[in-house]
Amino acid sequence: MSQAAAPPVLCDTPPVLCVAPSRALVDEKIAVLVENLPPGSLVTVRSLHHSDDQDDWEAYAHYVSDHRGVVSVSEDMSFGGTYSGVEPMGLLWSLRPVPGSRTGLRLRKKNVCTPLLFHISVHGGHEGFRERPPLASALIERWYVAPGVQRIDVRERGVRGTLFLPPGPGPFPGVLDMWGGGGGLHEYRAALLACHGYVALALEYFKPGELKSTDLEYSYFETAFNLIQEHPRVMADRVGILGLSLGSSLALSLAAESKTVQPRACICIGSNHCSGRSLSGSPMVLITNPEGMRVDENNHHIWRDMALSILEDESKLVDVGKISCPLMVVNGADDQNWPSTEMADDITRRMRAAGKEHLLTRLEYPDAGHLIEPPFSPHFRATNFMVQGRQKVILLWGGQTKPHSDAQEDSWRKILSFLQQHLYGNQCPKAKL
Amino acid sequence: MKLWMSMCYDFTGLHECLATSWFGLVFIGLGGFYDVIGLETVNLIWQHWTPCCVQCTPFILQVRMDRKQDCVKLSVQPSRGLMDEKFIVLVQNVPPCCALTVRAFNQCDKGNKWEAYGHYTADATGTMNVAEDFSLGGTYSGIEPMGLLWSLRPVQGSKLGQRLVKKNTQTPMEVTISVYQGHQTEGFMNQVPLACAVVERWYTTPGVRRIPITEEGLDAVLFLPPGPGRFPGVLDLWGAGTIFVEYRSAMLASHGFASLTLNYLKPKVTLETGKMVDNEYFERAYTFLQKHPAVLSDRIAMLGNCFGSNLIVKMACYFEVVKLRCAVCINATHVQPVGGTLEDTVNHLQDRRSKAYLNEEEQVIWRGLLLPIMTDPSTKLDMGRLQCPLLLVVGEDDQNMPSYESAMDMQKMMEQAGNSHLLTVLSYPNTGHVIEPPYMPHTRASGFRVPKTNEIYMTLWGGETVAHCHAQEDAWKNILAFLREHLFTDRKIVSHL
Repeated sequence: MSQAAAPPVLCDTPPVLCVAPSRALVDEKIAVLVENLPPGSLVTVRSLHHSDDQDDWEAYAHYVSDHRGVVSVSEDMSFGGTYSGVEPMGLLWSLRPVPGSRTGLRLRKKNVCTPLLFHISVHGGHEGFRERPPLASALIERWYVAPGVQRIDVRERGVRGTLFLPPGPGPFPGVLDMWGGGGGLHEYRAALLACHGYVALALEYFKPGELKSTDLEYSYFETAFNLIQEHPRVMADRVGILGLSLGSSLALSLAAESKTVQPRACICIGSNHCSGRSLSGSPMVLITNPEGMRVDENNHHIWRDMALSILEDESKLVDVGKISCPLMVVNGADDQNWPSTEMADDITRRMRAAGKEHLLTRLEYPDAGHLIEPPFSPHFRATNFMVQGRQKVILLWGGQTKPHSDAQEDSWRKILSFLQQHLYGNQCPKAKL
Repeated sequence: MKLWMSMCYDFTGLHECLATSWFGLVFIGLGGFYDVIGLETVNLIWQHWTPCCVQCTPFILQVRMDRKQDCVKLSVQPSRGLMDEKFIVLVQNVPPCCALTVRAFNQCDKGNKWEAYGHYTADATGTMNVAEDFSLGGTYSGIEPMGLLWSLRPVQGSKLGQRLVKKNTQTPMEVTISVYQGHQTEGFMNQVPLACAVVERWYTTPGVRRIPITEEGLDAVLFLPPGPGRFPGVLDLWGAGTIFVEYRSAMLASHGFASLTLNYLKPKVTLETGKMVDNEYFERAYTFLQKHPAVLSDRIAMLGNCFGSNLIVKMACYFEVVKLRCAVCINATHVQPVGGTLEDTVNHLQDRRSKAYLNEEEQVIWRGLLLPIMTDPSTKLDMGRLQCPLLLVVGEDDQNMPSYESAMDMQKMMEQAGNSHLLTVLSYPNTGHVIEPPYMPHTRASGFRVPKTNEIYMTLWGGETVAHCHAQEDAWKNILAFLREHLFTDRKIVSHL
């Protein structure tokens, strides 16, 4: 299809843009339909989001209407833009900062009690579509909390976090939700888990840039786990752990070594089984060690190689063979931040040696990076990161946008199904043939 | 108030309750009774962290929780939907083939409580889907995906003759869906459900703009869809005897139409002067919509029900200034004074009041006022004058207006005049007078305030609930398709073969 400038769509009858559902959870799909266009007209569908951090994010795709004058984003091919091909959710996962934005941005919602707002619009033509006013537009909301989900600040027994409760008397299974080495308190994944029927605690365990100086024993995490178990609306024997990156290391440590914590199931994203009895003593601290660190052509930090040496030192690794609960290990094969493939291989070897391989579900995604987030969120190949002493660098996480987004969608579905089976259901994992 | 409460239950019925709060109270109960500060206080604390269970009573503390029970999973998709969207209620993880009751509860803006429920049996996998499974009884039966909404009825002990009407279109209708063990019919307030979910039902999509209109002496509300426009316009007229409502216009705007809902029975000018509005009021409303910068001036339609639809037929046939792409009239009649004003039309009905009668339940049936329909053309509007497509939606069990007879007569007149190709009649058996947007409960009878005299009568609208609610769903679909066809496309209506 020629990309030469096409005349703008001129018609007396206005095109009709419909996006459904107009209010959805962030992991739900939408259908974008444009009708009443002249047949065979060139249009661009665009999605715009203004973030809480005051940055503008944009995705767009070029379409051609059919003989009925219809463009259906769910079914039609995009001829180019921030995504191409048939991509029902491309207007969300291919979002990127608009030209001229600050560098190294990451889109993360801090206030989960309000929705993400997206302006979806239809413009005439392909080239230069931004210069033309939209022919039609719609506003959609994407929510991290479902109606009735309750958010509770937790400051108990030294534990800091946010608890999300599904509506209803329960009892519910619980999940301890931990993010990674960036620190801070990120609530959105825990909020989303509550929408799916889990009491979820988003745990804060150090402030950004203070990993080395934070004096936290693993008992902090045990207490956090116990807090969930003790909640009157939680079934104490059905609490799992979900951790990403450093959070994954903590999850595996708890599952393998804790005397007081027995998770019903464990999910690790960005496979990491580094050990250590305290956070500041963790081999993770070496991430600030410049040896083994590389930079790419854009001067973005590649940290994956720095941790490879850990695999040679038994004392620095969690003895995952001791884990006796179902375990799901998720990683991207293009992870530039952490040697997650090598680590996942090692986890698999150890569990096999311990006769526990039947507990393991391993998901590795080609061309996906380190930050495997809930679905339809944009892919961040490299973003700003605060290291010790509040110094900022740009870390390369890896991944190519389309395969990474596929990985996010596929893994989230499988994570939910895994949690449903092991925390809601009663099935015991069968030994593999 | 931050509260961290932990409770332990065992199987023997000996309850130990250990609770701490920020004010440092500790209370322990033994033997099933709670030696507490006061059950009211504990109930207050319970209500704080289980806000969805606001109907819990102190009895709840004595409910045994079986620790071995699997957690029941209830999901409703979408959790935030539009009022005319379907939802799927899915129950999982219940014992296979067990008996369940699914219940919907709503407390409306007026404070009235409404509920609906269905009795189900889970399948062998412990799953039940309201959209696909058979309700064995309750307020609805059979496979009824939306029965939990359209069969909502006032809870026991409520005042009679209520209608579920939402005035505030900017906030959603909140419905709590709960699952109970067994087939229950009452006492839901005193039980702990197995699971519950909260659903929001919205009249507007995000970005729909609500603009009160007081220009040109009008008393109206304009709803504009999101986006740059311009949009086709719809003038929306409700019936008589109810409060002024705007939700249908809000929904039309969510479907891409600029919609103006006009208060013509009790606008400000009538409240101040005691005089009903004249014909020019309606012309001004039409012109306001037509000239609005967000509206396509040559793509205006009118939609009305009951009294409003009678006015629309008159305007479409007689008002020179009104040029419509199409009109939709729900339970209309053309039997009204030709020429004359709104007041003349009201008086015309008043003069025939003696023909109204009461049924055994002492509900007033008004439909006889205009019957029989005469052949004398001076007694009715000349349908031969109609020049735009007209969709007539008819409830065949309309006890308030002779809608079916009127529709048949209108059809005959148009056939004789040669313009019947403009007419589409959608006639629904066992359907009453108040045909609303879908999934709202059916009201078979309710209080009706007579215009001018303001007397209130318990009035029979008619309709059998299941048929009426199915008709609402089908009619709305057809109304939207009709409006889209005539307002968004340029296809011309050709004569029928």
